[in-house]
Amino acid sequence: MSSKESNETNKSRRQFLGAAAATATMTVAPGVTVIGLAQAKPVDQAVSSKNRWGLLIDSNKCASGCDACVTACNTENGIEEIHGPETDPQWIRKVTLKHKASGRETSLPLMCQHCEHPPCVDVCPTGASFRREDGIVLVDRHTCIGCRYCMMACPYKARSFVHETLTQQVEYMPRGKGCVESCTLCVHRVDAGSGDPACVEACNKENHNAMMFGDLNDKYSDINQELRAYKTRELRADLNLNTGVRYRGI
Amino acid sequence: MNKLLVILASMAVLLIGSTASAGSPKPLPNLDNVQGDKCVAPKEVIRVEHMEYIMHQRDETMHRGIRTSKHSLKGCINCHIVKGDDGKPVNFMDDRHFCNSCHEYAAVQMDCFQCHASTPTPGPVAAGK
Amino acid sequence: MSKVNYTSLEANSKGFYGLMGVLAAVILVALGAVYYMEHNGHWVTGMNNQIVWGLPHVFAIFLIVAASGALNVASIGTVFGKAIYKPLGRLSSLLALALLTGGLLVLVLDLGRPDRLIVAMTYYNFKSIFAWNIFLYTGFFGIVAVYIWFMMERKMNKYYKVAGYAAFVWRLILTTGTGSIFGFLVARSAYDAAIMAPLFIALSFSLGMACFILFLMATYKWSEKELGDAILRRLKNVLGIFVAAAFYFVLAYHLTNLYATEHHGFEAFLLTGPSGHTPLFWVGQILIGTVAPLLIFYTKMGESRSAIAVGSALVIIGGFAQFTTIIIGGQAYPMPIFPDYEVISSSFGDAAKYYAYTPSLPEIVLGIGGVAIAILIFVFGCAVLRFLPDSLADKVADPHYKAESSA
Ligand code: HEC
Ligand code: HEC
Ligand code: HEC
Repeated sequence: MSSKESNETNKSRRQFLGAAAATATMTVAPGVTVIGLAQAKPVDQAVSSKNRWGLLIDSNKCASGCDACVTACNTENGIEEIHGPETDPQWIRKVTLKHKASGRETSLPLMCQHCEHPPCVDVCPTGASFRREDGIVLVDRHTCIGCRYCMMACPYKARSFVHETLTQQVEYMPRGKGCVESCTLCVHRVDAGSGDPACVEACNKENHNAMMFGDLNDKYSDINQELRAYKTRELRADLNLNTGVRYRGI
Repeated sequence: MNKLLVILASMAVLLIGSTASAGSPKPLPNLDNVQGDKCVAPKEVIRVEHMEYIMHQRDETMHRGIRTSKHSLKGCINCHIVKGDDGKPVNFMDDRHFCNSCHEYAAVQMDCFQCHASTPTPGPVAAGK
Repeated sequence: MSKVNYTSLEANSKGFYGLMGVLAAVILVALGAVYYMEHNGHWVTGMNNQIVWGLPHVFAIFLIVAASGALNVASIGTVFGKAIYKPLGRLSSLLALALLTGGLLVLVLDLGRPDRLIVAMTYYNFKSIFAWNIFLYTGFFGIVAVYIWFMMERKMNKYYKVAGYAAFVWRLILTTGTGSIFGFLVARSAYDAAIMAPLFIALSFSLGMACFILFLMATYKWSEKELGDAILRRLKNVLGIFVAAAFYFVLAYHLTNLYATEHHGFEAFLLTGPSGHTPLFWVGQILIGTVAPLLIFYTKMGESRSAIAVGSALVIIGGFAQFTTIIIGGQAYPMPIFPDYEVISSSFGDAAKYYAYTPSLPEIVLGIGGVAIAILIFVFGCAVLRFLPDSLADKVADPHYKAESSA
């Protein structure tokens, strides 16, 4: 991808996003003044616990058979197919479920749930697995020794190990052999204030609008409004991890 | 026994000879195609302090989301271009790469470019082993 | 009981160099395997994103747990003041250090980035049980080294009891730490159980003792020193108790799981399921590792030396099977992410009934390399310092020795 091309796609992405966010705001929460898209934080300012980034996923809207979010994530983060699904990293995956009692089928995307009390962070011997002030759970790949204890501890199997030498990384998402990695909520976008994570953007582009990204702490944000208005669910709520990713429709 | 000594001695001479010819004269970083007209710190300072800057920046970016460009690795790479025979910026596999110019001489081992781009962005990183 | 003289192993025989040569060769091949795995990345192993800890971890945990237990004999002598075990204190401490080194090396060499070992030594997250273990292991080396020194150095002899107590307490904590690596993983049905810690302690007793008996018999046979029946019978009786104790915790673990509905899935998977872990459990762990040795030790068979050796070997095989079912079997069973739902499909294997794992050759070689390192250290230690009582014949070792009766 040449620089010009990527700039252009970026631009069109943003324009599109603006529109999508506006419509979402109007239909989801009429009458409520919404500050719109997240304001970009100045680059020299540290993230703070005033924000808590999260996702809301509506499995009713998630189309079975559609994996636009997965493809978008892979493209965005330079994740390629190498030796097959058993060893290739998957930061986000589509899961199809059947309700045991009713037999109803649903599908949804599953990724790092960005817990407030992440088990992966507790077990990491070097502190490479950590939670940023703004709630994003990351792996500091400079101190990760590749012990995989976090993968043993994660209740969502959200983490992957890089099983081979990589050569096709994208410049804003350095990745490499021997470290564990997982969804970053597209942290490079969040810090740049450039809109939604790639998965959310792709879902909106497909007009499914099953994923919503935002600041859970901001009571004027769309995601906060939705959480107020509807019953949502945490996966493995029994573990009391207070996840940053919530689900509707399951 | 004497024979062995002779062999060892000649091997040592060969070894010293070959490293000396590869290592001398002391390589100077190639600044022919560097962007901008001055570095992020005076030359004397950046030469000795750059690892501190980069490592500090690394933690600031990673843990606190601070994304200033002054001391960022991306910043260094974007300015310090060394062109290869084909006119394209060389990557870290090439001895002439700016960051290699002293590191090979100073025997500094860095794993950074297993993950990080070593050529100006954007585009895929040509990483290797 | 007469005074014990200690000697070192004759190090100038052909047999000695032959053994060292073979061990070194095995270790070299293992290092080659490590290079191969690290150079290519872990995709060349049987491990993947579902089974993240594989055979190397089985070897590593086995050796680490056995190391802590190998110190038992020294503890029984020092802490519980049983005279017959005292001459064995040095040897038992040496074996503990050797096994621990072998286990840790396997663990470290399987890391995704073993080159960053220095990071593991300089960055700590004190909430991590792994991080505690790093301290527990290094502390164990220090304490046991001091313990050996105090036992060997006449001037320090009066303090060796203190060191012995410290080593005893330390290694209980150490094995608690090792067991807790699994015990605190709330996410997984197989592991979310505090009983893992006592289970590991009981296992360390039995595996450590079994290793010790085998090493002792081999060393004395090979160096043509006398090893009396009294000591061996004592050791095998104790080993039998440890095997039974470990089985008790296994029983308790599975019974609690069987009581709680949320764990039924995992229990069914392990006890009756379709995977290789079911035979590993029933045949490997229960039959070979528990029932057979108990039969051997507590019947007439237990009087024969070769039967004691076989029984100890069976305990080791059973322990290996047990760690395989704990470490790999525990991961093989899918996690209950959506309890009310059945997973129909997923690209990440969520719909699988269980995850299969086949170890690759390099993993096996790495594990065996760890065992070779342990043996090498043990033999080397015996050769350079005086670890071996000159004779363990009944009349020397047994405090209750009477001219014609034994034990
Ligand atoms: C704005 C572009 C720019 C950026 C960003 C930049 N440099 Fe420089 N750098 C230069 C220029 C121009 C020079 C030559 C300065 C001179 O001749 O006085 C230089 C000189 C140097 C030198 C001295 C070379 C010598 O001759 O000994 C080093 C070392 C260096 N830079 C390292 C870095 C590192 C490390 C970074 C990233 C933290 C970095 N630079 C970022 C432009 C840049
Ligand atoms: C295993 C992969 C990996 C390796 C090896 C690695 N990094 Fe990074 N690095 C990352 C990731 C991931 C980020 C975070 C990127 C982000 O959030 O945008 C990062 C970010 C950084 C940043 C901040 C971003 C920037 O471009 O300034 C610096 C500085 C940095 N790394 C320096 C280093 C240095 C120096 C080394 C070598 C000693 C190194 N890294 C090795 C993965 C790696
Ligand atoms: C003027 C020569 C020179 C140039 C050019 C240079 N370095 Fe260095 N760098 C050194 C020396 C010398 C050391 C070793 C310092 C030490 O060991 O204390 C070093 C060390 C480092 C370290 C720390 C390595 C470690 O493991 O401790 C990093 C990171 C680093 N350099 C990054 C860079 C990057 C990135 C570039 C290219 C943008 C670069 N350097 C260019 C001379 C240079």
